[in-house]
Order: sequence, then structure tokens, then C-alpha cells
Amino acid sequence: MKIRDNRAWWLVLPVFVLVAFSAIIPMMTVVNYSVQDIFDPSTRYFVGTEWYREILADPRLRDSLLRQFLYSACVLAIEVPLGIVVALSMPRRGLGVPVSLILLALPLLVPWNVVGTIWQIIGREDIGLYGWLINHAGIDYNYASNPRDAWITVLVMDVWHWTSLVALLCYSGLRSIPDVYYQAARIDRASNWAVFRYIQLPKLKNVLLIAVMLRFMDSFMIYTEPFVLTGGGPGTATTFLSQTLTQMALGQFDLGRAAAFSLIYFLIILLVTWVFYTAMTHRDDMR
Amino acid sequence: MTLRKSLVMLLYLLFVLVPIYWLVNMSLKSNREILGGLTLWPTAPTLDNYRVIFTEPSWYTSYLNSLTYVSMNVVISLLVALPAAYAFSRFRFLGDKHMFFWLLTNRMAPPAVFLLPFFQLYSAVGLFDTPIAVALAHCLFNVPLAVWILEGFMSSVPKEIDETAYIDGYTFPKFFVRIFLPMIRPGIGVTAFFCFMFSWVELLLARTLTSVDAKPIVAQMTRTVSAAGIDWGVLAAAGVVALLPGVAVIYFVRNHVAKGFALGRV
Repeated sequence: MKIRDNRAWWLVLPVFVLVAFSAIIPMMTVVNYSVQDIFDPSTRYFVGTEWYREILADPRLRDSLLRQFLYSACVLAIEVPLGIVVALSMPRRGLGVPVSLILLALPLLVPWNVVGTIWQIIGREDIGLYGWLINHAGIDYNYASNPRDAWITVLVMDVWHWTSLVALLCYSGLRSIPDVYYQAARIDRASNWAVFRYIQLPKLKNVLLIAVMLRFMDSFMIYTEPFVLTGGGPGTATTFLSQTLTQMALGQFDLGRAAAFSLIYFLIILLVTWVFYTAMTHRDDMR
Repeated sequence: MTLRKSLVMLLYLLFVLVPIYWLVNMSLKSNREILGGLTLWPTAPTLDNYRVIFTEPSWYTSYLNSLTYVSMNVVISLLVALPAAYAFSRFRFLGDKHMFFWLLTNRMAPPAVFLLPFFQLYSAVGLFDTPIAVALAHCLFNVPLAVWILEGFMSSVPKEIDETAYIDGYTFPKFFVRIFLPMIRPGIGVTAFFCFMFSWVELLLARTLTSVDAKPIVAQMTRTVSAAGIDWGVLAAAGVVALLPGVAVIYFVRNHVAKGFALGRV
């Protein structure tokens, strides 16, 4: 049982001050912009909810929102099962363990624009291995001009980049299962599937929630990798929310609309993550 | 069964390694060879691309800039997150759950949302184009993550240890530094690793908050396009060089990294 003591606030205070400086002040600026029409620093008008109404009716936002949800759904649908399979295939002991851990973690350590660069190179038909192989296998593939190819390339890139995270999470979940569980299963002559379904999967629930939450958050905020790889193109095929937003804010300097967009964007992530978080802490409380 | 498992593992590792191999492969080729045709390994290996990075000031200073703000960020994040994580793991206090979730919401905030306000904020306080600006900006997502991971590790230390230490006459700061911190060393290592990683790989904020003096390597890399086209060789070499610090850091925490990825709570 935790001790009730409000003096603990003193320990949290530095974090609070630091994060308040880099979160609350900027957030207030965004809120401020979202309700005003700004021509220059001295000429500004209060416009109320006009930007919000405009942005919600904007087909560009709706398109990229739809694209974003589809993308995040694909990412989760591929990476979570694949991550579990990889984690189950991890060696249990010996030199293989640290080696595969480090190799698995490699993609996570690559700066995000380098991830884009790597796939930009390897997907090209003239100098890239994959692009060359696919084209020589007789399939017409060009991620720069064909929307479908671009979409697939971005997705494969994300799978390459982040499945390791899911795999490492699941691996640490699996390691926490005591050997006696497996021995009991062997005595009962449980099938591999039964071991997975009734021993491993329940133990993985906690880490899987974290994995799904992190992957949802990060795939929903994705910017750098597709920006480097395809620049959001061809057309707007791979323009996700963050890129639409940066175009609006920095490209067209459309502050009011971009600010309203930001807040709606943030709220969506907040809402979905809150669901995962409550599910997770609820389980923590029950322990 | 084990054979099938090893096969799956091998195939996946192949999938992970081929793109990285291709990057290394390209960094050892001259541009003429890169554009001349597809070769599976460099036919005339050259270190020229690396020479460019280590001799041209715009390259190696940007590399140092990145290392500077990343280390600053790791130090700041750990210093503020350690006491806070202890508070969350040991005490119940007014608004603790709300505070914890509020911290997490900052991990969820898309950096794109904060671009413009950050730019204005750090320009207003005169920190624009300094490493500390990027370090502080990265605290936005690293501090919540650090608190989260550390709290997980600290919660697994039995509370009796605290009580015994207080009975033995330790004051809180003395207990915290001398007894508690050494006990969660793996947790601290893993947290430092994660802060390092997320700060090192981030591009959007780092690029927006710097222009010349504090330009990070990730931003420098977006400028390899010249009149003669993209300098693929140098770009690939820069990518390889940018990979190295991460590999070095993960080597130190390899034994604990799996638990760290589960944020200490398995």
C-alpha cells in the first residue's frame, strides 16, 4: 500500500515546471491562434469557433484523417501479430540471445530521416536492391509515381522500423513466465497452440497493451519517414496528418486554421490513447 | 519445432539487416559506381565518403551538435525524472493519477503541433539555435517516458528497503543517492538509453529550432542535394555514422533492454 503524503509534490515539482514550460505555454499559444485571425502581430481579430468549423468541413483534413486511420490500422494489424511471432521464435539461451536482441533493436536506433533515406535508396529500380529485384521479376514497381507502390513501401518501411519494438516487448513478457507453467503444460500434454493460447497470451496482455498504445501513438504522428521517402506523394497518396499540418502551418503560414487543426488532431490521439491507458491501469490496480 | 523457430528468426533478421547492409554497401562506393549499376558489394571500396564527413566542418560540427543536445537531454531528463518517479512509485498524493496521465499526454503530442509555438517561445527567450533549446524541446516527450520507465523499475523494489533505511537513521537524500539509486541501476541505464534514442532519432523539432550554429546531423543530411544531384555516397556514409552511437549505447544496456522496452512493468 502506498503512503498518503502530499509532500511528495516537492519531488514531482521539477518535472511539472519543466514540462509546463515546454507544453503548457506552447499549448496556450496554439489555443490563442485557433480563435483569432492574425494578419500581422498588431492586427488580429477574435473569430471564435470559425476556424474549427472551417477545418472540420475541409476535405483535405478529412482525406488525410481517413488515410491516417487506415495507415495506423494497417500498421497495428501487421506489426502486432508479426511481433508476437518473432518474440516466440527468439532463442531462449546462449549467445543467440544478446546477438538477436541487439540486431532486433538496430532499426529502432536509426534516425528517422535515415530510415526514409534507406528505403528511398533500396526501393529505387536503378540503384536499390529491392526495387531492382521486383522490377526484374517482371512486376512494374515505382514508389515515386505509383500511389499503390508508394503506400506499400511506406507500410513495409514502418514494419521494418517498428516491429522490433513489439517483438522486444513481447519477448520481455514471455521471459517473465516461470518454467513451472511450461512443465505443467507438458505433463498435461498440451498442444503448442494451447500453450500459446492459455499460458503465453494471457501473460502477454499487459505488454501488448503498451505495444499497441505506443504503436498507435507513433504511427498516428508519423512525419519524417514518409516525408523523406515520398514527400507525401505521388499526389497526396502518402500525406498523413502531421504533414498536412506542417504544410498548413509552415508552408502556407495559415496559423488560425493550423492551430484549430492541431487541437483536433491532439484530441483524437488523446481520446484513443486514454482508452488504452485506462484499460492498462485498470489491470495494474487489480494486481 | 525449434528448426522452424530458428528459420523464422533468421528470415526476420535478414529482413532487418538487408536494408542496413545496403546502406553500408553504398557508403563504401564512389558515386560513379553507385549510379553506374547495381553491385551487391563495392567493387572498388573507398573511404572517400567518410573522409568528407570527418574533414568538412559542416559535417563534423553537426555531428557534435547532435551529440551535445542529446547528452544534455539525457542528463536533464534523468535529473528531473528520478525524484518524480520515486514519488509516483511510493506515495499517494493529491492529483497523482491525473498528473501521471497528464505527463503521458505530452508523449502523445505530435511534434508537428508544437513546431510554431516552440519556434516562437525559444526565439522569445533567446535560446533559438542553441543545443539547449533542442534538449529542452525533446524533454517534452522524453521526461514523461523517463518517469514512466523509472516508475516501473522503482515499483519492483520492495518498500521494506526504504523503511529499514529510515529506521537506520538515513535521511531521504542520503538514502536516495546511496542506497536506492544503486539498486535501480539497470533501470537508470535503460532510461538513459531510451532518452538517448528518442532524442537522437528526432528530426522535426531539432531542425525547426536550429539554423546554423547548432545544426544537428539529421538536418545536415537533408542538405546533400546540390546542383549535381544527390550525393548518395556521402548521404549513405552519414547514415552509417549516425547509426553508430545508438549501437554503442545499446551494447551497454543489452541485458536489461528487453525489460526496459516493457517500461519496467512485466
